[in-house]
Amino acid sequence: MKRIGIDVGGTNTDAVLIADDKVVHSVKSATTADVTSGILAALKALRSNPAAAVPVDAVVIGTTHFINAVVQRRHLQKIGAVRIGMPASASLPPFCDWPADLADIVSGETFMLEGGHDYDGRPFMPLDIAGLKAAAHAIKAKGLRSVAVASSFSPLDPAHENTAREIFAEICPDVAVTLSHDLGRIGLLERENAALLNAALHDLAVTTVAAFRRAITDSGIDAPLFLTQNDGTVMQAEIATAFPVMSFASGATNSMRGAAYLSGLDDAMVVDVGGTTSDIGQLRHGFPREANAVVEVGGVRTLFRMPDLLSIGLGGGSHVAQDPVRVGPLSVGYRLTADALVFGGDQLTATDIAVAAGLIDIGDRARVAHLPKSLVDAALADAHRKLEGDIDRMKTEAGDVPLLAVGGGAFLVPERLAGISDIVRVDHGDCANAVGAAIAQVSGEADQVFRDLSRDEAIAAARGIAEERAVEAGADRDTLKTVDVEDMPIAYLPGNALRVRVRVAGAIAEPKIGAAA
Amino acid sequence: MSAGEMKTISLDDIEALAVGAWILGTGGGGSPYLGLLNLRRLYTEGHRVQLMSPLDLADDDWVAVVSNMGAPLVGQERLADSRSIARAVRMQEEVNGIKFRAVMSVEIGGGNGMQALMAAAHLGIPVVDADCMGRAFPEAQMTSVAIGDLKPYPCTLYDPRGIEAVVTKVPSWKWMERASRKICVEMGSIASTSKAPRTGREVKDWGIHFTTTKAIAIGRAVDAANRSHQDPIAAILTCEGGQRLFSGKIVDVERRTTEGFLRGSAVIEGSDDDRGTRLKLSFQNEWIVAWRDGEAIAMSPDLICVLDSVNGHGIGTETVRYGQRVTVIALPAPAVLTSPRGLDFVGPRAFGYDLDFRSLFATSGA
Repeated sequence: MKRIGIDVGGTNTDAVLIADDKVVHSVKSATTADVTSGILAALKALRSNPAAAVPVDAVVIGTTHFINAVVQRRHLQKIGAVRIGMPASASLPPFCDWPADLADIVSGETFMLEGGHDYDGRPFMPLDIAGLKAAAHAIKAKGLRSVAVASSFSPLDPAHENTAREIFAEICPDVAVTLSHDLGRIGLLERENAALLNAALHDLAVTTVAAFRRAITDSGIDAPLFLTQNDGTVMQAEIATAFPVMSFASGATNSMRGAAYLSGLDDAMVVDVGGTTSDIGQLRHGFPREANAVVEVGGVRTLFRMPDLLSIGLGGGSHVAQDPVRVGPLSVGYRLTADALVFGGDQLTATDIAVAAGLIDIGDRARVAHLPKSLVDAALADAHRKLEGDIDRMKTEAGDVPLLAVGGGAFLVPERLAGISDIVRVDHGDCANAVGAAIAQVSGEADQVFRDLSRDEAIAAARGIAEERAVEAGADRDTLKTVDVEDMPIAYLPGNALRVRVRVAGAIAEPKIGAAA
Repeated sequence: MSAGEMKTISLDDIEALAVGAWILGTGGGGSPYLGLLNLRRLYTEGHRVQLMSPLDLADDDWVAVVSNMGAPLVGQERLADSRSIARAVRMQEEVNGIKFRAVMSVEIGGGNGMQALMAAAHLGIPVVDADCMGRAFPEAQMTSVAIGDLKPYPCTLYDPRGIEAVVTKVPSWKWMERASRKICVEMGSIASTSKAPRTGREVKDWGIHFTTTKAIAIGRAVDAANRSHQDPIAAILTCEGGQRLFSGKIVDVERRTTEGFLRGSAVIEGSDDDRGTRLKLSFQNEWIVAWRDGEAIAMSPDLICVLDSVNGHGIGTETVRYGQRVTVIALPAPAVLTSPRGLDFVGPRAFGYDLDFRSLFATSGA
């Protein structure tokens, strides 16, 4: 099994080749404004190593592109929002809990229509078909190219959302339609928020994934493309294009999973110091600890399953301010290799401080020789204080625990920290996120209504289906673990009807060894 | 608050109330978040809500007692609308030909801690700093006013589809529960309700006092602890004299909406000090009994609260899910609930568990 893992971050694009469970080679290059050329450069550098210039089974990309777009309010499109469920919930329309600046960018037009379902599967109101048609015509007239539809209790019965999709396909076939039941579960507001964000990212997802494909083809690689998801599993690129919100947390998830893989430690704190931010999380059994409930993305509440992370504005590209001396939160980002002092620029960054302190040797050390020791010491002390406090915040045990320090800016992590037993640095740790992408797991999901079965029987049946699907998708059966289980009775249907959703995930199966080579 | 003084509730108070009410909700009452959103909007529009002491009510004042009734799961899909609860109160005024002096919540716990404020904002009358539970309970007769044997009728119910219902007369609180529940179920297992109006005298005698202030204080304690990176759960225990029961990960949730309630159980696999044991929580809208390895270790009316292990916020019976890391705590119940007559209404047998109530807390002389 040979896979290339690529991580496209805000500052760096990293690539690794993993073959037979070993990292063959890893490279780091600058992210570019057009994404494609950065990936091309990374792949070229990777495959300049003869050992890495071999055919591969898959290319897996993790990216912070989509979450960054929301956080930075860039590359988002105006959308139509269709809420089905009136006259209930009228005082809390779509976007009602969004930050105003983001709502202004995304909200094109909102339609509130009668319809939706009750908890037992009965229709709440007859679906307003005429209203849906009028909305489709209005969206077409307004030139909106993407729409999000959310109907009450759609995870139980998606019929009204599906009808909306059919009507849009008929009246305005060029408009991309996101349905909330594809993205979330019970919790109308959070599910609708996920659909609205997804719709707002539609064009960016199409162009970004096309750029990924182009870079891979132009590199002469012939292999299927996958994108990693929030939960550390992979999705085929075609499907991932339709659901950019499912890749929100993949960068962070990948670096933590990569850190676990590279160190062999399954339980530890992890800090991933990138160019702009440091993500602090905790590994439990080799997986990132998950956030318990609501996760805010760019100030919007969602229920995505995401790692419980603390992101702080501290990285290799952080600006260093003087008087008082402070590192971050502003950063030069991917302009580090042009703007930092050691690269001939005129911005004092955390990287310059580290070079001056002798922690790393990159760029031209002579260009930071003039920095006073007091400034260097104060800047490092500020970075250490920030890391120490926030790592402690994310710990759940009282005793000392090991800390995995990964990412291109890991040189900012000192050799000793309070509450940490030892600080583990690993080979290829600066590309831990790309490693995590390369080893991302394969998942399988079942989501269907069962009748005339007990709850345990229905869950077992769903788990069996999910496991088969995961194995079909290339997972190793022996490594499958249950990631999520949810069941909801549907009283309105006869025969103990129960809607069950089970998701399992496991390691990629080794290809079957045929005749001994 | 000194006698006669009104306090304007600030938006900061309301944000803290949402956190505190969710914890006192013991899993039920629905998340206060949607009520909070309604109140943020109402405050943006210029509305302000006043809080008054129950002790400042005149004996013959009329007080509206409000709640959003039904299964909390439904409240996640049919979002609270402040106009609905205000309409239920207006229906009471129309039915009885009275004018309300103030409004209060039947239960401070969960989303109903916010409903009184939502109604008050529309009606332009104050909220009384009191409720009838000091927590949340699923049924209409599980209140201090039922324990006090006050009149159970009439009750108004409202559904935004334009369905209005009044239960005009019943022989007992239990019948009020049965009659109003049937209507609520037909409305889709959620309804905005205004319970039997109370006089100022009745609120002074049988209300559970200063619970709005208490919920705000809990919310502030949690927020302050989170801001200063202290343990928020320890802050709640200190604030309320509670006990830590169990910590771990949710490994199973069984839920069914029956007869207008959300019933089921959640199983927690212990971690850290509780490794190797399991805690099972049975719920009917609210967490009712906690069983450790089969033995009941906490039960109603003591408050059983399931909290996010990291930030100390409440987790509801409708939002609890596989994989969450939670800490379970118990808080002492108001004295009226643990009296012999109180236990008939809200003790474990009232929920169908053949258990003698054993409190985790020394009974206070209050």
